[in-house]
Amino acid sequence: MSEHAEHAEHEVNYVKIWAILLVLLVISILGPFVGIKVVTLITAFGIAIVKAYLVAKNFMHLNIEPRYAVYLLVTMLVFMLLLFSGSAPDIMKQEGRNWVKPEIHVEAQAPAHH
Amino acid sequence: MRPIATTRMAAGIPTGRLAIWWVVASEIVIFGGLLVSYIMHRLAKPEWGDHAANTNVWIGGFNTFVLLTSSLSAVLAHKAAVNGDGPKAAKLLYATCFGACTFVVVKALEWNMEISHGFTISSNTFWSFYYTAAGLHGLHVIAGAIIMLIIAETAKKNLELHRVELIGIYWHFVDIVWIFLFPLLYIAK
Repeated sequence: MSEHAEHAEHEVNYVKIWAILLVLLVISILGPFVGIKVVTLITAFGIAIVKAYLVAKNFMHLNIEPRYAVYLLVTMLVFMLLLFSGSAPDIMKQEGRNWVKPEIHVEAQAPAHH
Repeated sequence: MRPIATTRMAAGIPTGRLAIWWVVASEIVIFGGLLVSYIMHRLAKPEWGDHAANTNVWIGGFNTFVLLTSSLSAVLAHKAAVNGDGPKAAKLLYATCFGACTFVVVKALEWNMEISHGFTISSNTFWSFYYTAAGLHGLHVIAGAIIMLIIAETAKKNLELHRVELIGIYWHFVDIVWIFLFPLLYIAK
């Protein structure tokens, strides 16, 4: 199948997708006004994932690309998350079984005044 | 003679488009790494929420609207290129460039306001992340706009129309990065 015919077959109403994205944007801005943390997290990050999915599928046409293009991107994402999850305890915890994170005193690094 | 990026398709995807997917894949590591670092620090330091309270959600929201709209014009440019209408694709690419310029101008005004209030890149780790992430993203917006202008020049002569799709894929990725930066920097307070 030619690329031309392929695109014609998967005709998408781009303006409609754009309108949905704008509605989702408004919801994500209004979410924090409810004042409930869980609602804010869902309207902020849940909606961000939905918006990214809509853009990747409909604007980047990942749905009609050979599957390995998706696998390529997901593999990069997974390995990146794996790499950073390895360093997460060092950043997010103050102490472990055999270690305590040293306090960093910014003042101590300032040049001494005589 | 047609360029090899259009005609060769050894892997099931035209070589030029496959190269763009590789660019996007490497950008996932760059921006993903930055965002995950931010999230880890943010979860470990709840006081960052107080710093984030100083960013303006309406300015961030307006810039999100601008980028989403520029993504629409980019995909419509691609559609025009698929239909063989180079001049229309070029006009839509110029519209996308206008969106990019609007984004950068608004960002510059926003930074000017924040810096004048004393929030600079060295104020604390939150603002370091803020300026680094938004700055790196802004550089991608500027680079995309310049490439789009070059591509529009050839597209309006009905030449190298496949490039319209390639810059479109890059531009949508830049849009997706902002879709995640917006809640992280502006909404979660």
